[in-house]
Amino acid sequence: MAITHDGPPAGTPVKASGSIWSNEKTRGWIAQGAIGGLAALLVGVMVWNAQDNLASQRIASGFGFLSQTAGFGINQTLVEYSETSTYARALLVGLLNTLAVAVVGIVFATIFGFLVGIGRLSKNWMVRQVCTAYVEVTRNLPLLFHVLFWYLAVLAAMPPARQSYSIFGEIYINNRGVYIPKLIFGEGSGVGLVALIVAIVGVAILKKWATARQMRTGQPFPVLWTSLALLIGLPFLALAAAGFPVTVEEPALKGFNFAGGARLLPEFAALTIALSIYTGGFIAEIVRAGIKAVSRGQSEAAASLGLKPGLATRLVIIPQALRVMVPPLTSQYLNLTKNSSLAAFIGYPELVQVFAGTTLNQTGQAIEIIAITMGCYLIISLVTSAFMNWYNRRVALVER
Amino acid sequence: MKQFLTALALGASAVFASGAAQAATLDQVKQKGFVQCGVSTGLPGFSNPDEKGEWTGLDVDLCRAVAAAIFDDPAKVRFTPLTAKDRFTALQSGEIDVLSRNSTWTSSRDATQGLNFTATNYYDGQGFLVRKELGVKSAMELNGASVCTQSGTTTELNVADFFRTNNLQYEVVAFQGQEETLKAYESGRCEVFTSDQSQLYALRLKLANKDDHIVLPELISKEPLATAVRQGDDQWFDVVKWVHYAMLNAEEAGVTSKNVQEMLNSPNPDIRRMLGVEGNFGEQLGLTKDWVARIVSKVGNYGEAFDRNVGAGSPLQIERGKNALWTKGGLQYGPPIR
Repeated sequence: MAITHDGPPAGTPVKASGSIWSNEKTRGWIAQGAIGGLAALLVGVMVWNAQDNLASQRIASGFGFLSQTAGFGINQTLVEYSETSTYARALLVGLLNTLAVAVVGIVFATIFGFLVGIGRLSKNWMVRQVCTAYVEVTRNLPLLFHVLFWYLAVLAAMPPARQSYSIFGEIYINNRGVYIPKLIFGEGSGVGLVALIVAIVGVAILKKWATARQMRTGQPFPVLWTSLALLIGLPFLALAAAGFPVTVEEPALKGFNFAGGARLLPEFAALTIALSIYTGGFIAEIVRAGIKAVSRGQSEAAASLGLKPGLATRLVIIPQALRVMVPPLTSQYLNLTKNSSLAAFIGYPELVQVFAGTTLNQTGQAIEIIAITMGCYLIISLVTSAFMNWYNRRVALVER
Repeated sequence: MKQFLTALALGASAVFASGAAQAATLDQVKQKGFVQCGVSTGLPGFSNPDEKGEWTGLDVDLCRAVAAAIFDDPAKVRFTPLTAKDRFTALQSGEIDVLSRNSTWTSSRDATQGLNFTATNYYDGQGFLVRKELGVKSAMELNGASVCTQSGTTTELNVADFFRTNNLQYEVVAFQGQEETLKAYESGRCEVFTSDQSQLYALRLKLANKDDHIVLPELISKEPLATAVRQGDDQWFDVVKWVHYAMLNAEEAGVTSKNVQEMLNSPNPDIRRMLGVEGNFGEQLGLTKDWVARIVSKVGNYGEAFDRNVGAGSPLQIERGKNALWTKGGLQYGPPIR
């Protein structure tokens, strides 16, 4: 950060001088440059020294290992991966698995948090007490305990594959996870995708039109239901017109396990549930604080304008509460993402498990691997907070 | 996160330490008065705390023997329990002096991890533990199975190779620690628990109903479990290596913890050299003349340690097999002390 001084008081002429050194701005730049250069030099010496020491201890260094064959298996891969893939590919698989848990966890934590946070302010005694109990129990237990509970306690209660719980003979639940039928889109399914895009554009236009109409006439339009109908109906109709090129692959018991269908790993389920429930407890308190921060006069004013309580919450209270809630929400989202590294205890193959665990041990290149792992978390966190800051600016109170 | 801290410690030492040669480990050990020994977090027979909290096991005895040779006191060892993930980093960063933690000797570990394996103190191979009720008799029947294993081990790589080369479908579930892996297997998450066969026998004892589980006959890999020291300190490397060979030589010559005092009067020149009655072979290593006598009287010879920890005198009941002396058809062979 450049050190800036307040300029001379207005009206005082800046004395021009021949010497560069007497110019405050130039002097600042020179000082900054010198300190920056020194810092760069220090980092350079550290890197050089580290390489030198590693070489003298005969420990491999450098990033060449990333293109070597990994040789180990991973049981959840969102992109193509096999034992013959490289360590770089394994890094990508681990990173995507982390992101999968983070995204799903954030969505559910937010839903739980909002429901419970609003519930704590409910007029219903029972709802209030249940929500308070939820917050107190989840917030006050260590997260690792949550993770192990959902993994070991819940998993142990599930039956083995051959005695799976079955729902309508389509969905199977056992101690290997949840198996659901998988849709396989055959040739000609592209029209469905096109129809979906058309529907999304249609919804955007509809929303704009409905708002304009309400401004003009005061008549509300059921945007939600119409949009849902559009989003589901249009692709469905398009696929029907193409003669339904979609086949269903159902899970079936084969050998020890189910084959076919889509599968949700128990490790993924346990980790996501634990993270959402735990973080949900914190978000609930943030939501409650946010709502409490909106002055009573606002809801009274909304009521006196004739808004129903539901509408008043949605249109008056929540938008104002959001500007208080968003900054602490960002921290919770970042925490959830970072906490996903506890997966190492339950064998979910995320970034720390796959890369800072197995890969580190196979290659022994601790410095490079820990640096890459830290870099990945840093980037995820910075992107998350950049998005949340953008959202924060959007919902911030615009003063007129 | 211990892994993280160890890695950071290594990073910091690599980044900040000057390039000067490191001081001799033997001198450091003598100065601080104890050997810092890296062991497992609990593996019956190899390194496991007993009911009094004392570490016992075959790997532990190697460290005790090193301490006995240096200090004439097998208790002058401090143990650092390490997971498979942390072990090499702990050795690299100087947190421990000796890594005696059922670690497989491989070329890449030897070449790139900044360590040297001294000697194999247990010849092992990877096997599979399954439930009896599955009715599986051979590993070739494991198509489609879920396999629980510990992450960061050669096991994890071998299992991938085995299923891939035999064209069998599998799913690997890798856990950080041995405890978690075993718990997941016990809860039914996996059909198969895979590890070095000796560990399967040891960990089977920890299961609720050990008789419901069997170890399949196949061995799918070579796992020479060896002790390791940091690379670049030849003297310390020699000390640790020769402590193991001394225990083998003692067994071969029939010197045990019971008869070592009488053996001092033995006319056999091999025994006289070994026990320091003739020559100064211990001093050449930086130890004392009576180093082998110290090891054998305090810890015992290799055969005694084997029997007590994993063999006939232990709950594991593992046969000597490949770990018998070369004179009895096994692979354990101590070069001569002379």
